[in-house]
Amino acid sequence: MKRNTKIKIAYISGYTLFLIVSFIFRFNPGREIGYNFISFLVYMLKILPCAFILIGLFEVWVKKEVIEKHLGEESGIRGYMWAMLLAGTIAGGLLVAFPIAYSMYNKGAKLSVIFTYIGAAAICRVPMTMFEASFMGVKFTAIRLLVSLPLVIVTSILLGNYLGKRNYKMVEGK
Amino acid sequence: MYYTYAITGLIVLISFITSRKKTLKAVKISIGKFIKIFPAFLTMLIFVSFILFLFPDEIISNYLGHSSKSISVFLASLFGSITIMPGFIAFPLSGILLTKGVPYMVLSAFTTTLMMVGILTYPIEKEYFGTKVTIIRNIISFFIALAVAVMTGIFFGEIF
Repeated sequence: MKRNTKIKIAYISGYTLFLIVSFIFRFNPGREIGYNFISFLVYMLKILPCAFILIGLFEVWVKKEVIEKHLGEESGIRGYMWAMLLAGTIAGGLLVAFPIAYSMYNKGAKLSVIFTYIGAAAICRVPMTMFEASFMGVKFTAIRLLVSLPLVIVTSILLGNYLGKRNYKMVEGK
Repeated sequence: MYYTYAITGLIVLISFITSRKKTLKAVKISIGKFIKIFPAFLTMLIFVSFILFLFPDEIISNYLGHSSKSISVFLASLFGSITIMPGFIAFPLSGILLTKGVPYMVLSAFTTTLMMVGILTYPIEKEYFGTKVTIIRNIISFFIALAVAVMTGIFFGEIF
């Protein structure tokens, strides 16, 4: 067994033990931490199954050439437009965007498009943006989008070029 | 949420009708990928459970109303970076703080870092991107959020 795996098993069992002891002895901070854990786990389990099923279907059905053409090295400015459009429609934010971005990368999307996708998934998901505007006002949301989106694209291109020169590859086999 | 499930269900159905074999393969890939990343999700949840305990909404609200705007923006961006909050909690909370007199730029720093910077999602992000790129991306995002906050301050007349 790898060292990392051992560490993981150690702290996950330590944490579980901590929660069990807290619940038995009615240690309130521990119980609150346990409730936080459960409520977030439930929140994630609502979103993640859909996301991973769609990722599986994406891997099987979408041809590599299609992604290379629209999101790859030759895609030009349209690649970034696609990245933003695709990001605008997803639910769940970064947690869902990471595995999707990873699959797109393995199908031939270029790095700068991947980073744009992740940035856009964080800031311009359509349902969330409408929700935000209803609480904070349209002006607030408009400023946020108009300032952050260009910065996200520019920094994604810079980061993509920087990593490209250094032959960066995403972690394999995830 | 429900329509995410409805659309996913519909897509699975279409896929299944088109090719049973491919759909089963897709499901296998999904489960495999999910199992591989699940330990990272557990690690994140453990962090989240502690951080939410240490920084509950009330504490964050108290600190954001600090008298100095620059300190508030700084604190807001730190809180936004280290916590995780779904949009359906963060924006109503910000709406309430707005009515209590917290400046727009402070709330902008808070919500933008909340969305873009993920110290708690680090265990997951690094599984895909590696440690170095994860750190670089988060630092860049932090500065983008600060830029957004400053511009918000200028346009709402809170800085000059």
